[in-house]
Amino acid sequence: MESEYREDILGGFIPHIQKPDRKWYATVFVLLAIIGVGLFAFVYQLYKGQIVTGMRDNVVLGVYTVNFIFFMGLSYAGALIGGIFHIGGFSWGRPMLRMLEIVTITSLIVGPIFILVCIGRPERFLNLFFYARIQSPIIWDVIAIVSDLFFCVVYLHFTYIRDFAKLRDYPNLNIANWRKKFYKIMALGYNDTKAQQRLLHQAQNIMAAIIIPTAIIAYSLLAWLFGMNQRPGWNNSIFAPYFVLSAVYSGIALIIIIMWIYRKVYKLEQCIKKEHFDFLGYTLLLLALFYGYFSFSEYITEWYNSAKTSSILLAKFWDFSEYGFMFMFSNFFAAILPIIVIGIPQFRSIKSIVITSGLIVFALWLKRYLIVIPSLETPYIPIQDERLEWVFYSATWVEWALTLAGIAFFVLAFVVMSKIAPIVNVSEMEEKSKGLKFFYKTRK
Amino acid sequence: MSKDEHKNESSRRDFLKSGFAFGIGTLFTGGLFSSCSETTAKVTISDENVEKIKLLTTDGQIVEIDKSKACPISPCEPPVGDEARKGIPGRKFVMVIDLARCANAGKCTSACQLGHNLTPDQEFMRVYLMKDHEYTDPYWFPKNCYHCDNPSCVKVCPVGATFKRDDGVVLVDAETCIGCKFCVSACPYSARVFNWTEDWSKPEVDIEFSPETSIPRIPGTVSKCDFCPDMSRQGKLPHCVTGCPMGAIYFGDANEDTICNGVETLRFKQTIKDKAGYRYLEELGTLPRVYYLPPVDRQFPYERGFEKLTDEQKLRYKNISDNS
Repeated sequence: MESEYREDILGGFIPHIQKPDRKWYATVFVLLAIIGVGLFAFVYQLYKGQIVTGMRDNVVLGVYTVNFIFFMGLSYAGALIGGIFHIGGFSWGRPMLRMLEIVTITSLIVGPIFILVCIGRPERFLNLFFYARIQSPIIWDVIAIVSDLFFCVVYLHFTYIRDFAKLRDYPNLNIANWRKKFYKIMALGYNDTKAQQRLLHQAQNIMAAIIIPTAIIAYSLLAWLFGMNQRPGWNNSIFAPYFVLSAVYSGIALIIIIMWIYRKVYKLEQCIKKEHFDFLGYTLLLLALFYGYFSFSEYITEWYNSAKTSSILLAKFWDFSEYGFMFMFSNFFAAILPIIVIGIPQFRSIKSIVITSGLIVFALWLKRYLIVIPSLETPYIPIQDERLEWVFYSATWVEWALTLAGIAFFVLAFVVMSKIAPIVNVSEMEEKSKGLKFFYKTRK
Repeated sequence: MSKDEHKNESSRRDFLKSGFAFGIGTLFTGGLFSSCSETTAKVTISDENVEKIKLLTTDGQIVEIDKSKACPISPCEPPVGDEARKGIPGRKFVMVIDLARCANAGKCTSACQLGHNLTPDQEFMRVYLMKDHEYTDPYWFPKNCYHCDNPSCVKVCPVGATFKRDDGVVLVDAETCIGCKFCVSACPYSARVFNWTEDWSKPEVDIEFSPETSIPRIPGTVSKCDFCPDMSRQGKLPHCVTGCPMGAIYFGDANEDTICNGVETLRFKQTIKDKAGYRYLEELGTLPRVYYLPPVDRQFPYERGFEKLTDEQKLRYKNISDNS
């Protein structure tokens, strides 16, 4: 039994690493084309001014900010879940660790790009460092993102070191010379000695322990970017835990999707089993309950105290000509559907879990939209304007193009990273572990 | 008396009259605002050989003080760069808007747009139609930036591009602003506008940006009402005050306890006290520097505010006018 998972896992990945096939090139080409359209939209926006977006003086933040929150949520989720898996020694989670780390890093890069796109003068971006005012929640966020990115890159590298060393030592690897050099440098002279093993293990533990609180702090700070404002719908004490929770929620849902895709593409049925989907599905179920509870708590307090502007805002959520459908959709798919699909064993299968995860990710994106835009459309002084685009926000093609480009960049990172090293942490998978043995023995 | 003599006499009288008016005018503006010219103060040498200057107080008395104790007179030119972050010494600007007088003539908005070279899309001063509850009549509500003493916008600015000055004014340094727009969303009074495009109605004059004038506007940055400190430096009232045909807007200095709408000058504190002046959304704790006098004893029905509006402009006030 043991040999089943200890088979030469790296060997299975070597063909993927050695030479990209035509399919790979086609994927990269399509993704680059989408990113190209996004770049064109960005240049167009720079040239014409932000008048080409749907943003106006009342709704000053749009889909860009929604994407920013969304991707930052994914990144913190990756860091948080990865750290918990590592520290907690959940050996069944090992095949997911690398995916989690890549999700973290990639979205940590994509997220802030949306802020760059959103601000009026991107060329003054460095002012955030030169003239930083520590009193501003935005600067808290800048500090949090930069340190989180740093810690995550270090941690990701630590998790790669042993695989890089293996690839460096792999006989007859048919790859370009620069890549061999790359592996040699990135392996940092790791030779799998006892001392090195211990050192690396300790270093990983420390980084994982740092990453967990950093992720929680960073996402709370992002929540306070909104929560600190005096604005109905934003000024809410539940925002920080709510954001952290929905980040983990969307992160796990996304990991399920990525796991499923890789399982199909790389035939990883021996590493990623139905149990993985089930286990993560149970986590989704638990998070769905919490998410529903938090949402209910958020809305019921605002509804019951019925302050004027809050009532106007909530009325928009119930009005099907405004945000009614979005509100129903986001709450049904994020808070209720997982309980039905995963909670009832008859409905629970890999496919249903993956589809539910997709709906959850989308519903949580909508939830961020519902946090940002309706609140901006409901200021204390009711908007009085004859220009409809000044009253209601609707994203333009420029914003959608850049959104798609962001998603394409995210996918591209995965496609490229899977060529650099195996998408599953081979060394950890091959490592002897009682828990892992137990997992693969009993759950077949 | 010959005709010529009579003519001379009358012209002399005219001259005296105008001279007197001019004198009062200078006294008044000299009292209300720092005058630009440095000749207003006479320098005398006293026994102790300390330089003294004569100054006019707000109650019309001439006093002598040590020259060293006198505040320097601020320059006329709107300052640029870091210099604009210092307030005009000794001033605490306030505005009082008398809601009983506003008839939505829209002149404050257009005067401001002219003065700040704004596009028709941008209004630093906006007139809203408000209705507090079903039994009150709607009333017109001009709203600019409130220049809060506890400004939400200044708090959230990540680069310190928007700042609060000693003279009470909140300004935007569009040369530092990165355009993140978080100040716009933080302001509970929707006071800020963003420069969305470069298509200005008029070409911008080629001058260095000054936060006091908000000119030239820089695309991709935030602008807002600046309380026209550049006008104050020249001893003049802001554009919206002089633009208002009803005299609904008073502007002045809380330290001097004087406000003026261009026609009459009032005591600031007494006016607020007598007429139950209030600040909009006081409960938010932002401490605005703009006060409102409640719309009581109105001079005309609110419907008059609709008379000059086009059908399109009337749409703006649909939410109120439909219900009353």
